[in-house]
Amino acid sequence: MQSYNNLPDPALVREDLIQKYPTKVAKKRNKSIVINDPETIPEVQANVRTVPGIITQRGCCYAGCKGVVLGPTRDIVNIVHGPIGCSFYAWLTRRNQTRPETPEAENYITYCFSTDMQEENVVFGGEKKLKQAIQEAYDLFHPKSIAIFSTCPVGLIGDDVHAASKEMRDKFGDCNVFGFSCEGYRGVSQSAGHHIANNGVFKHMVGRNNTVKEGKFKLNLLGEYNIGGDAFEIERIFERTGITLVASFSGNSTVGQIENAHTADLNVILCHRSINYMGEMMETKYGIPWMKVNFVGAESTAKSLRKIAEYFGDEELKARVEAVIAEEMPKVKAVIDEIRPRTEGKTAMLFVGGSRAHHYQDLFSELGMTTVAAGYEFAHRDDYEGRHVLPGIKIDADSKNIEELKVTADPELYNPRKSEAELDALKEKGLEINGYEGMMKQMLKKTLVVDDVSHYESERLIEIYKPDIFCAGIKEKYVVQKMGVPLKQLHSYDYGGPYTGFEGAQNFYRDIDRMVNNPVWKLIKAPWQKAENGSSTALEASYVTH
Amino acid sequence: MLLRHTTKEVKEREGLTINPAKTCQPIGAMYAALGIHGCLPHSHGSQGCCSYHRSTLTRHYKEPVMAATSSFTEGASVFGGQANLLTAIETIFSVYNPDIIAVHSTCLSETIGDDLQQITKKAKDDGKIPEGKHIIYASTPSFVGSHVTGYANMVAGIADQFAVSTGEKKNQINIIAGWMEPSDMREIKRLSTELGVKIVLFPDTSDVLDAPQTGKHEFYPKGGTTVEELKSIGDSTHSLALGCISAEPAAIALEKRCKVPFETLDMPIGISATDRFIMALSQAAGVTVPDEITADRGRLVDIIADMEQYFFGKKVALFGDPDQLIPLTEFLLDLNMKPVHIVSGTPGQRFEKRMKEILVRAPYANFKNGLGADMFLLHQWIKNEPVDLLIGNTYGKYIARDEDIPFIRYGFPIIDRIGHSYFPSVGYTGGMRLVEKILGALMDRQDRDALEEKFELVM
Repeated sequence: MQSYNNLPDPALVREDLIQKYPTKVAKKRNKSIVINDPETIPEVQANVRTVPGIITQRGCCYAGCKGVVLGPTRDIVNIVHGPIGCSFYAWLTRRNQTRPETPEAENYITYCFSTDMQEENVVFGGEKKLKQAIQEAYDLFHPKSIAIFSTCPVGLIGDDVHAASKEMRDKFGDCNVFGFSCEGYRGVSQSAGHHIANNGVFKHMVGRNNTVKEGKFKLNLLGEYNIGGDAFEIERIFERTGITLVASFSGNSTVGQIENAHTADLNVILCHRSINYMGEMMETKYGIPWMKVNFVGAESTAKSLRKIAEYFGDEELKARVEAVIAEEMPKVKAVIDEIRPRTEGKTAMLFVGGSRAHHYQDLFSELGMTTVAAGYEFAHRDDYEGRHVLPGIKIDADSKNIEELKVTADPELYNPRKSEAELDALKEKGLEINGYEGMMKQMLKKTLVVDDVSHYESERLIEIYKPDIFCAGIKEKYVVQKMGVPLKQLHSYDYGGPYTGFEGAQNFYRDIDRMVNNPVWKLIKAPWQKAENGSSTALEASYVTH
Repeated sequence: MLLRHTTKEVKEREGLTINPAKTCQPIGAMYAALGIHGCLPHSHGSQGCCSYHRSTLTRHYKEPVMAATSSFTEGASVFGGQANLLTAIETIFSVYNPDIIAVHSTCLSETIGDDLQQITKKAKDDGKIPEGKHIIYASTPSFVGSHVTGYANMVAGIADQFAVSTGEKKNQINIIAGWMEPSDMREIKRLSTELGVKIVLFPDTSDVLDAPQTGKHEFYPKGGTTVEELKSIGDSTHSLALGCISAEPAAIALEKRCKVPFETLDMPIGISATDRFIMALSQAAGVTVPDEITADRGRLVDIIADMEQYFFGKKVALFGDPDQLIPLTEFLLDLNMKPVHIVSGTPGQRFEKRMKEILVRAPYANFKNGLGADMFLLHQWIKNEPVDLLIGNTYGKYIARDEDIPFIRYGFPIIDRIGHSYFPSVGYTGGMRLVEKILGALMDRQDRDALEEKFELVM
């Protein structure tokens, strides 16, 4: 991997970033700011508590559970048990697109359900109101499934959402009701919610329907949430290559698909952080191996398709995959050829999510752009350094409280899709079965890796590196743009997309070209404000400038 | 259909809220605190609250919304959040150096019984508040009221914790802004200047949430009511509270603390409510209304008279927040329109009473607020009695599309259009903007649906 020499001295940058903090805070943040070396991969402090008051990008456990993992499945009635806000804020804001099979088919994604907990429910308990709400949802809609999500006060007052769910499930008989203890305070970020969601989906949904779908090459797509239509593009490619998608976790998905997921022969994982638990548990219980793939980036998509074909080991599939790649790539290349002269040599920073900050680096490299600093909002060390560090990760008090399901092989349904020998052979061919190398291996030497970046650090990084584009979320969007730097939202895609697959890559190239070369950035200073020394190009934040 | 499961038949619900016409208290407190100059709002709860509130406000304003959080974990939830808040205060003053931290509570901190008065006092006693800096707080439990209540509570907290009575009256009038847009606050200030009245407007989010692009991020933008101004409100001659739900609690707090007499007015939206505002302000200050304002009023009346045929009898469904809905409904009646369905998730007898007074002129109207008053119910009402126009926040677009109704975005949040933060809807000029929007929506519809031979050139 080539070294990139124009970077500021990262050790000095790190010192700069923490110098304003109180001593204890500085000491803590120092461990989360790391100078990358793809050869040795230094340890990053991750998945630890955020310092109160530091201004973090992070959200809560509930957001990870309801918002991320369960939200995209269209035919579940998701009732949020708590005061109104939690349900309101997660109402349609994540852009999980979905395409019901028919105009009449169930789709509750546009709805927001809440028990709208009042003071009396906090004082005297909210279970009665919850059960009433479940009953009303059942009477109104007769859905296949109702899921209950606990918000902060629920855990504290001791409402038992699991017992209430079971009671109603038994009462209805034809509606699967289940609950999640995903109170906002659990864990240290959204990440706890992902894990809790994985556990609940695994316990209450997967394995309920043993019908084996037709198709030779059947897989599940894990950690793809169909933001901006990403899953549609992947579905299109699968269809073209003859790959059968059994279930998606959970973009554009249905309850039926997920209940049937254990009949697939492979799990491919996009967002490792949010769904790796599911891959692991399905491997143990049903014998389905999982493989990390990446459909963000045209080359990455091609590579991932080849990996899948290699896994199935079928010559016809391999040929079809090659044919599709050969057909799709010229269109991609034409767009790159047009755009790359305008993006080549520019720099990007990505501080977002638990996997996107890694994946999107592929798209930037396809444009000839360098990622100079990156970090995740809620990832763990394995997402940075690779899964080989897993055994060494200390379980702290915050993680300890998140349930680890004890999963064993299903006496009837366990069926190893590949023998040990076959898996070894695949690994020898370079296929990373049940593994993930993490973000840092792909980043250049001396780039900066920052976990749970604070607001202060991000503004300072912009001042120091002056990147051409910054990738984060809605809270950061207009702050960074006020500094004259375009910000690409990688949660909502600025309401564009899709960005996956071959079509998505082209969308992304065009969007980045438009953003970094937009004439508006040259209009910021009025003609009478432009200083002779060209100081109008300085990037400033009011309180970080020295 | 986007809302394909919404039935025409209305069934009473007691447990389930569907598609709420409100959100929770803390976001209102955060918004109010942004209207103080040099203030950093602080959310005492889990990280998600702060993140959600910042995200929603950011989507609404397309502006930076800075706020911090106590980042509760399970431990803090069990043992109390005092340690988290104290750490937060220290970190915030070291790194972000605000003049004021405005702390609001959340359902979590309220449920475990954290006492913000006690914790902020401890912070002061422990020397964690630097010289010349301030910390204020408001109790904003999410399980009581709505986002509007949270706004009212923070504004009351601001009044109560800053106002000083020196014994010497100042020739100025407090205008307590109900939850309105920065553009509206700017317009209130402009009207006061035109009247020649010295006012202190608080809170004031103009020049905060409509900041210009300068190439520099001002963490504490130029706008916001200053601490000095806030201290002086105890010496003002009067307070005018613009909104009985979102502004009056602050006026009451101020009367109690500094004996400043107050009058509560409807938010000045539309002709009648603006008339009352101009009358009240000019009388309180003892000034005569200048011709410019009378001319503005005349222009609004002129437009309405010129275009009266397009308003007449048009049925309107609206949803949103009390202090907007009250004068807006009145304005629709002044326009000779028919407000037939009105819904607000915000509870309160005060609101109900005022709406009933307004709706004497519209005995046919369906009105519901508080628990069970959600957009699902509104949609069902619309299915039973269709309307010509829908007015409300962005979430209304799903109903509007399904039912093919002209739709005007008004209220909070508006996350799919711009304009609300730049162009006022209060005052006579604000009335002109509303009228333009209403006419635009109705006449575009007429143009769209007209038979070719009935397609009008002049309207």
